[in-house]
Amino acid sequence: MLSKLDLELRFMQTALGLRARRQEVIAANLANSDTPNYKARDLDFNAALQSALGGSMGSIGLTTTSASHISGLSASGGAGSAALKYRASLQPSLDGNTVDSDVERAGFADNAMHYQFLLESMSSAFHKMSLAVGPDK
Amino acid sequence: MSMTNVFYIAASALTAQSMRLNAVASNLANADSAHSSTGGGYKAKQVVFQATPVAGSSPWAQGVRMTQVVEDRRPDRLVYDPHSPLADAKGYVAYPNVDVVEEMVNMISASRSYQTNVEVMSTAKDLMQRTLGLLQG
Repeated sequence: MLSKLDLELRFMQTALGLRARRQEVIAANLANSDTPNYKARDLDFNAALQSALGGSMGSIGLTTTSASHISGLSASGGAGSAALKYRASLQPSLDGNTVDSDVERAGFADNAMHYQFLLESMSSAFHKMSLAVGPDK
Repeated sequence: MSMTNVFYIAASALTAQSMRLNAVASNLANADSAHSSTGGGYKAKQVVFQATPVAGSSPWAQGVRMTQVVEDRRPDRLVYDPHSPLADAKGYVAYPNVDVVEEMVNMISASRSYQTNVEVMSTAKDLMQRTLGLLQG
């Protein structure tokens, strides 16, 4: 029972961590909306979640000490930078900046909603657990 | 914790944009500071932005910082005013090379960027508070 709960929570925790990371990436885009030559980036959430779950649920990450070692899947290493992609810009400005404020704001709001949804799901999982272990009423 | 980086990113953008606003204010205030055409007067100042990582462990969290203030290289505005004590032999007085319309546009752009980043900060604060309240109630 506890291991099942652990699995469910681990999924939500991973997803929540990635949502927080995407929030960072979009915040960086918004902060650099006036920086010359800055290229807007975004996190491919699906790909990042799949690689993070494959890493943390499938096998344990290995620490390698030589370049010829076979690398294990790492839960946090594979998820972050690999799924980070440059945004295809609709109307790049003359100074090389590709941040489109409207797209970023929409992405930021969307990501915040998903983050809150995950928080609600997590909170209800905790609630269910406390109902199950709580005293009989 | 991941979400704290959003604060640093937004804060760096607020600082940078307020510096830009300072430069605009200074340019507008000195738009009519006449000086002699031999030089030495006020020159329009422009800020230069650059993306910079806010935390070493997360290179995708790019904040923004002002790297330098450059002086506009456009020539001074010459006005024919032979009665002025600053007039040269031909009767011209030099005014700073401040383009008032450009500065107004700059001001609006800076203020919009500032607003966006304040919003980012307030959303991040909201999400963090909800995360902290996960096990309450």
